[in-house]
Amino acid sequence: MELEDIIKEENIVFKKTKLLNDKPLSYCPGCGHGTVHRILMETIEELGIDEQTIGIAPVGCAVMAYEFMEIDMQEAAHGRAPALATGIKRVYPNKYVFTYQGDGDLAAIGTAETMHCCNRGENILIIFINNGIYGMTGGQMAPTTLEGAKTSTSPYGRDVSTMGYPIRITELIAQLPAVRYVTRQSVHTPAAVRKAKAAIKKAFEYQAEGKQGTCFIEFLSNCNSGWKMSAVQANKWMEENTFKYYVPGDIKDNFKLLKNPVVEL
Amino acid sequence: MSELRLMKGNEALAEAAIRAGVDAYYGYPITPQSEVMEYLMAANPEKTTGMVVLQAESEVSSINMVYGAAGAGKMAMTSSSSPGVSLMQEGISYIAGAELPCVVVNVVRGGPGLGTIQPSQADYFQTVKGGGHGDYKLITLAPASVQEMSDFMRLAFELAFKYRNPAMILSDGAIGQMMEKVELFDPIPRRTDEEVAQQCPWATTGRKRGTQKRVITSLRLVASVQEEFNIKLQKKYKQIQENEVRCEMIGCEDAQFVIVAYGSSARTSMKAVELARKSGLRAGLLRPQTLWPFPTKELRSLAERGVQGFLSVEMSAGQMVEDVRLAVNGRSRVEHFGRMGGVIASPLDIFEALKQFAAGEKKLF
Amino acid sequence: MAKVRGAVVIDKEKCKGCGLCVETCKFQVLQLSQQVNLKGYNPAFMVNPQNCTGCTNCAVICPDAVITVYRAKENE
Repeated sequence: MELEDIIKEENIVFKKTKLLNDKPLSYCPGCGHGTVHRILMETIEELGIDEQTIGIAPVGCAVMAYEFMEIDMQEAAHGRAPALATGIKRVYPNKYVFTYQGDGDLAAIGTAETMHCCNRGENILIIFINNGIYGMTGGQMAPTTLEGAKTSTSPYGRDVSTMGYPIRITELIAQLPAVRYVTRQSVHTPAAVRKAKAAIKKAFEYQAEGKQGTCFIEFLSNCNSGWKMSAVQANKWMEENTFKYYVPGDIKDNFKLLKNPVVEL
Repeated sequence: MSELRLMKGNEALAEAAIRAGVDAYYGYPITPQSEVMEYLMAANPEKTTGMVVLQAESEVSSINMVYGAAGAGKMAMTSSSSPGVSLMQEGISYIAGAELPCVVVNVVRGGPGLGTIQPSQADYFQTVKGGGHGDYKLITLAPASVQEMSDFMRLAFELAFKYRNPAMILSDGAIGQMMEKVELFDPIPRRTDEEVAQQCPWATTGRKRGTQKRVITSLRLVASVQEEFNIKLQKKYKQIQENEVRCEMIGCEDAQFVIVAYGSSARTSMKAVELARKSGLRAGLLRPQTLWPFPTKELRSLAERGVQGFLSVEMSAGQMVEDVRLAVNGRSRVEHFGRMGGVIASPLDIFEALKQFAAGEKKLF
Repeated sequence: MAKVRGAVVIDKEKCKGCGLCVETCKFQVLQLSQQVNLKGYNPAFMVNPQNCTGCTNCAVICPDAVITVYRAKENE
C-alpha cells in the first residue's frame, strides 16, 4: 500500500480543529500552551458550543490567545480575567464563559479576582496554566516556582524564607464551597492530553447545567525556554519534580472534596 | 409617567439607572456613595427589569466586571468615590483602549490618600486629564443637583454608546448626599439580547459560524498599529468636543465678571452671583455640565465679548482654572478661589473673593 | 487479515521542531530533519513511514497542531 493510498480525505483520523486558525502559535517550541489551546478548542467544537462561548485571554504568554482561537474573546488586564468573566456571565447566564490564565496572572496579581470569583461560584470554567515561571517577561520567579528553582529574579534559587513558598492555589480554591470541580492535569504525554481533554469536556457539561459552581482546571505545563531545557527534557523534569509538589489528579468533583491536600512545609 | 420624588442624589442616580434600562451594576461600598448600591440591592431590579446588581470584592474587580459586560454589548456601570476611583484607573484605561461604552460614577471626597469623606472636586485632573495610563479621554458629566444625578445617568449612557467611549459622572459628596425633589423619567425597557447583538455588532456575544470573530482588546503590539488607533481615538475625541459640550450660563450676557463653577460649587456660586448683582457688581455664572469636552468656545467668546475676569471656583487647589486659562488664552484675567479637604466655600466666601478679584487682587485664599 | 496502515502529514513550515512527536512515537516513525524550514526550525518528518499505525499520538502531543493523521485498512 502506497502513501498516496493512505493520505486521502476519507482516511483522516486526526486533523486540527477549525476553531484554531492557521496562524502559527506564538509559543516556544514544545510549550504546553499550544496543546491546551488545541484541546480547549477541540472540546468546544465537539460540544458544538462555539456560537455561545466567550473566552477571556490573560496577560502573560497567552495574551494573544484570541489571535488563534476562532471564537469571540476579550483580553483582560493582568489578573482580572475572572472579573471580566463574572461581568459577562452575569448578563449572559446562558452563554459559556472561560478564562485562560497563567500562574502569575491567577496566583499572584489576580489572586483576589480568582478567589472571589470562585467563592461566588460563578458558573464559568477557569483554565490555569502552571509552568512555575513568568515566561512572557523572560523567566522571572512565579508564585508557583518550586523551592530552590533558579529564575532570573531568584538567581540563587527560590529561598522560601524570604520569597515565600510555591503556592498550591488549586488546593486553596478546592476548599471554597461554591467551587464544583477542581482537577490538576498535564499535557506532557498523549495519555495525559486525552485525560485533560476529558476534564475540559466535563467542566463545560457542568456549565451547561446553568447552576452556581465554578470549574477550575490546572494544567501543569513545561516552560522549556524558561527552564532552559529542551521540550523533551522539560517534560521529563516536570514529571520527576513538579508532580511531587503539585500532584496531578482530581481534587474535587461535584462539590465533593476527593482528597485533602497535603501541605508539607 | 414621570414621577416626582424626594430623594438623595445617590438614590436618584440609582433609580435612574434602573429606569434607563441598565443591564448591570457592579460596585464596592465606599462613603459617600454607598447608597447607590444599597438602593439598588433593596430595589432588587433583577426581579423587575432583569438588571444585575453585584457587590464585587474590590473596585479593581468591579471596573473589570464592567469591562466584561460592556465588551459583550451590555449597559454596565459602577460607582465609587475618590480612593476607589483611583483603584479603577487601570480598568478605565483598558476600557478606553478597547473602546467600550460604560458609565463610571465618582462621588468625589477630599484627598489625597484616604482623605476625608466630605465633598470635594479635587479629582478634576484625574477625570479630565487621563487618570490612567495612555492618551484617552472620558466623557465627563458634572451634575449640580439631584435632578441632574438622575438625568445625567441616561445621558451618560447615550453618549457612551454613541461614541463607544467610557463616560464619567463626576459628582461630589454634597450632591450625592443631599435630598431634593426630582422628576424621574419614564422607564426605558432593557434591550433584549437580540437588540444588543444588532446594535453592537462589535460585541462578544458568541461568534456565529461563517462570521468574523469579535475580539475586545486594548493590545496592539505593533507601534504603527497602535499609533493608527491613537489617531482614530483623537479623531473621535475631536468629534465629541465639537458636538457634545454642554453648559449653563446665568447672567453672562452683561457680566463684567464671570464665575466658572460646576457641581456643588456652582450652587454656592449661584448665590454669590445674586449677592454680587445686589451690590451692583455685574457678575455671571458659567456652569460646565460637561467637564470634558470643556466649554472652551463658550468661555472664549465671553472673553472676546469683553468679560474682564473669570473666577474659577472649585473645591480644590485650582484644577479647572487651568482649562479656563487655556480657553481665555490671555484675553482676560483668570484666577481661582476655592476651599479644600472637604470644606465647601459659602456664598459669602465666594462673594468676598469675587469682590477682591474685581478689585484686582490675585491671592484669593 | 486486513492490516492497518497509517501516515502523517506534517505542516513543515509551521513545525517548530520541538521533538515531542519524535519522542512520543513508539514505532520510530518520525525524526527531525537535518534541513531547516523558513523559520529556521528542523521540522519532523516520517523517516520510517512503513511503521506508522495512525495511532494519532504524535498529533495529540503536538503543541502546534501541525500534524494530520490518516489511517487505512490494507486489503489483502
